Amino acid sequence: MPKHKVVRKSTPIDMTAMCDVAFLLLAFFILTTKFKPSEALAVVTPNSVSNKIAPQKDVVLITIDKDGQVYLSVSDDNTKEKRALLEEINNQNKLGLTEADIKNFLNSGSYIGVPFAKLKSYLALTPEELKKTKIEGIPVLDSTNNQLTEWMRAAATAFAGSKMNLLVKGDNASKYPSFQAVINAFKKNDMMKFQMITNPEAVPAGTELYKNNMKLQGEAAAAE
Amino acid sequence: MAEMETGGGGHKKGPGVKKGKKLSTRVDLTPMVDLGFLLITFFIFTTTMSQPTAMRLNLPKDTEKPEDQNKVKASGALTLLLAKNDKVFYYEGELAPDGSNFKSANFKEIRQEIINKKKNTDPKDFMVIIKPNKESTYKNAVDALDEMTINDVKRYAMVDIFDVENQLIKASEGAK
Repeated sequence: MPKHKVVRKSTPIDMTAMCDVAFLLLAFFILTTKFKPSEALAVVTPNSVSNKIAPQKDVVLITIDKDGQVYLSVSDDNTKEKRALLEEINNQNKLGLTEADIKNFLNSGSYIGVPFAKLKSYLALTPEELKKTKIEGIPVLDSTNNQLTEWMRAAATAFAGSKMNLLVKGDNASKYPSFQAVINAFKKNDMMKFQMITNPEAVPAGTELYKNNMKLQGEAAAAE
Repeated sequence: MAEMETGGGGHKKGPGVKKGKKLSTRVDLTPMVDLGFLLITFFIFTTTMSQPTAMRLNLPKDTEKPEDQNKVKASGALTLLLAKNDKVFYYEGELAPDGSNFKSANFKEIRQEIINKKKNTDPKDFMVIIKPNKESTYKNAVDALDEMTINDVKRYAMVDIFDVENQLIKASEGAK
């Protein structure tokens, strides 16, 4: 038997093109990516067909977590309003907050989730301590002591004269009474407009909204 | 591409053209591609493409005076009662005293119900009333509001639930 020596040919592939594509995609993803800010409050929001992007500025955000606890936060850019809000609450309820406490609240990502009585000790906590502490949320369910009402009044004062976006971010699993209590707090302060943060969802085919959207698209195409 | 002019020997090809010593400039790009795709996968996984959207809701002002309140013909109303485990109960018009028009559905079926009701009612009388009970979730409430947008319901309201309705829900939940 003659020995067959299989000649292995190397198959050099030009990687340049592939490299180009890879880095093009890489550049695209780097530029478009927006890291999720590590949120202290894990909330799974429901889906809706709404296609309006949630505002990021001048936001007063009410978060309802899965246990129905209510938290309040203000967007980081609005330090002036944040300060005014806390000072207002401080004066109204004679909490005796110090300058340092208020500074703590001004830190990025801070949120309020305790009754007034515990606010001072709560604000003194460092972020690391905060993670370990169990907090109970702003009391809302007791209709005689819905503290969110006062928070909202203070927020209205703090944002007086400028636009305020009132956002509600609720967890799928949270029960309705918390949401109702939040709405009641808004209503008491004549805040009749608010927005709920949701995840986008496709409009179900064949429904009225779907047909309307199709019609709008058709008109836009015809206008071009 | 710019070429390095390396002097050196070799015969002249033409005027001004120097032929340098041929150095291979081929770099093995495989590791670079590997790295590129690794980073791509990383960014794909960490990126959040979908921005959260916001759903607008305008609340009606609570009015004490009856003349300020919106008047809706009872027959044009469809009342949705949201209960636990994503159940929806509904009735058209006013609730019959014996509860005979009290029906149960889920979120999939309720859309057809809304469409039917809308078709059969005078548009100016049509109204949907959403009453979430204590055991329904926030998701249910948002879904119900979303259903209003989907079906282009112009008038809807979120109202507190009545005891009678709560009892009916309890009764029909217990029946199963």
